[in-house]
Amino acid sequence: MTPAPDPREVAGTVVDPELPVLTLAELGVLRDVRLHDGTVVVDLTPTYTGCPAMGVMRADLLNALHAAGFDDVEVRTVLSPAWTSDWISAEGRRKLAEAGIAPPGPAPDRAPGPVPLRLGPSRRTAPCPLCGSPDTEEVSEFGATACTALRRCRSCREPFEHVKEI
Amino acid sequence: MHEETVYDALDTTHGGGGQWAFGTGFDDPLAGVELTVPDGVDPADLGAYCLMLGDDALVLAQRLTEWITAAPELEEEVAFGNTALDLLGQARLLLTRAGSVGVLGRSRSTATDSIPDEDALACFRDPDEFRCTGLVAAGNGDFAQTMVRLLAASTVRLAVFARLRASRDPVLAAVAAKGVHELAYHRDHAARWVLRLGDGTPESHRRAQAGVDAVWPHLADLFTATDVEARLAAAGVAVDPAGVGDEVHDVLTTVLTRATLRVPGRPADVVPRGRTGGHGPELSALLTTLQGLARRHPAATW
Repeated sequence: MTPAPDPREVAGTVVDPELPVLTLAELGVLRDVRLHDGTVVVDLTPTYTGCPAMGVMRADLLNALHAAGFDDVEVRTVLSPAWTSDWISAEGRRKLAEAGIAPPGPAPDRAPGPVPLRLGPSRRTAPCPLCGSPDTEEVSEFGATACTALRRCRSCREPFEHVKEI
Repeated sequence: MHEETVYDALDTTHGGGGQWAFGTGFDDPLAGVELTVPDGVDPADLGAYCLMLGDDALVLAQRLTEWITAAPELEEEVAFGNTALDLLGQARLLLTRAGSVGVLGRSRSTATDSIPDEDALACFRDPDEFRCTGLVAAGNGDFAQTMVRLLAASTVRLAVFARLRASRDPVLAAVAAKGVHELAYHRDHAARWVLRLGDGTPESHRRAQAGVDAVWPHLADLFTATDVEARLAAAGVAVDPAGVGDEVHDVLTTVLTRATLRVPGRPADVVPRGRTGGHGPELSALLTTLQGLARRHPAATW
């Protein structure tokens, strides 16, 4: 009899449907995988509250674990603590940059109390993932997915996506 | 068992037979979340409060999507779509929470059983059962007015959510903690547009000022607690809206002043109408669009 696969390893191979260069683990949304009375329990957290990819992530996790021989799988939504872009792993950031997507800088502080207003030009900066130049500008604060914004490099003139800091 | 595609997997996971066309149908947004009502809290109150916060988000999301295909530039169309998506996500969680504590009533009896609570609440309630404020129900007006309203609505919601992070209800606290990140992004985006329009050309200034003057009267009924909010605030579950008025006015005054716009006098607080189901014809028109297809073809699948 072959040794049973580790459900953590299986779940760890599932990639994000919108940023498929990253695994869900590298994105930081796969919070926990455990075996409980023969059932694999997976904790998943959304990046954004309305993230339309949650259903696909859930299905992909179920699919991968079923294919690995785990018949009883439960994917649970975990809302707290809220996902932050700081949870994208170092390996995830490297892969994003390699795919031409600028990884996020440090997330803004969300301490208790009023959230300060930011009226000036966006302070978010991101070096160009294509040529490395720090001279880039924001084209749009919102991009094709909930978690990205659009930037353009002033040196190589190429547009690129940037994972927003939240 | 091994599904061939993601869609097969979705289908298999949720019992097969296709998805309800107008609902999500396959993804309970609170799956696995602990839904116990905190001690000493009336579930009916908690449900009513979730409807207030959920309906504000649902209705504003619908207003923003009215700009899709009609925004002045592609980037802003994407911005409206993304902002609406965040709000729709908040609405889904809050309406699901409201359903979990039993607020469905009439809407469950008119909706088909297979429709999830969140969709029964969104698509099968009549206007007088909605608990959103007039600030979000009002029509968009032009682009400038839409941005002023988005600034005002996200400033109010952010001030409430920042405090709601400390709620004794873990679901509300978690929804708020997530929402704060999103709402701060929306508010600052709208604020930068109001600056650009107010301090722009004579025409953009004129339109921004007209937008401020149109939106401002709606601030009157935001800061008086309904009985539900008062009871829940006393129980440490809800935020008393009276406590956020000064912060909201400070933020709005800061933005408008920097935008060279005249700040209208603060309207006197009045007893809220929208929170108790009093709405004008604009909400009925919005709901006709939002609900029409679902009501015409309940539980249709694709």
